[in-house]
Amino acid sequence: MKLVRMKSGHGDVLLAEGDPAVSEDEERLIAEFRRQLDLGMWAAVPTADGTRREATLVRDFADVPRDAERVVFFPPAAGG
Amino acid sequence: MSFFLAIALVVLAVLAIVGFGPTLLERMRPLIPRRAVQERIPAYDPGRERRAESRARELLRSVVSADEYAMYLELGFIAVDGAEGSGGYGYLLYPHRPILAFDTRTGELLSEYCVGFPDRSEPAASQRLPDADDILAKWMSLRAGERELISVANMHVPGRQVDPGQAGRDLIRLREWRARRVAAAA
Repeated sequence: MKLVRMKSGHGDVLLAEGDPAVSEDEERLIAEFRRQLDLGMWAAVPTADGTRREATLVRDFADVPRDAERVVFFPPAAGG
Repeated sequence: MSFFLAIALVVLAVLAIVGFGPTLLERMRPLIPRRAVQERIPAYDPGRERRAESRARELLRSVVSADEYAMYLELGFIAVDGAEGSGGYGYLLYPHRPILAFDTRTGELLSEYCVGFPDRSEPAASQRLPDADDILAKWMSLRAGERELISVANMHVPGRQVDPGQAGRDLIRLREWRARRVAAAA
């Protein structure tokens, strides 16, 4: 699983990568996940069902499917 | 006597400040340190922005469907269905412009939703995400929580920021583009 974040002037940046089935990796992933949410980021998990693509917003690492390839963090929406 | 001398010196000092002050200030300006915040803002670098957009496009390509990615590359926007599916309303997602809602049957423009994703972890002048990231943020937010995103956005009647004429032409381009894709696949 990869945790990536959109960043102005950079495109996406890899924050952490690991196998959530491995406890050490999971701890690292959870710590980074929480850090991003504490920074105010939104977290989305992209999913694919055949050709149809969807995304789910998650607020807790426990809500991330264990087989998810990526969690994408991005700045929260604000009225323009 | 010393009193008059002191008065004369004060008058001379005031005249000197008035006469030479602005010139001296202008010459000393480069020596005055700028505010730290201003120094942290990187200068605009077209190469960096292009590389950022290139990376953002790769992320967009890996998340949205092949059709939607091709739509972004060829038309400059992505059209998505609303919660009621293709029979009701849809949205046009432009980078760094409001989300435009339209009636999928008539093509009538319904409303503009002004929303942005400013990266507040960066200095004010550098908060703008690459175009492809901005459009992906809109896409994921709509897919994951249409109501939440719309409730955050400022709603306006069509035409406030996006030219209705341009949006109408974009809907025609979209219809023709889809027809070409269907014909090519047949």
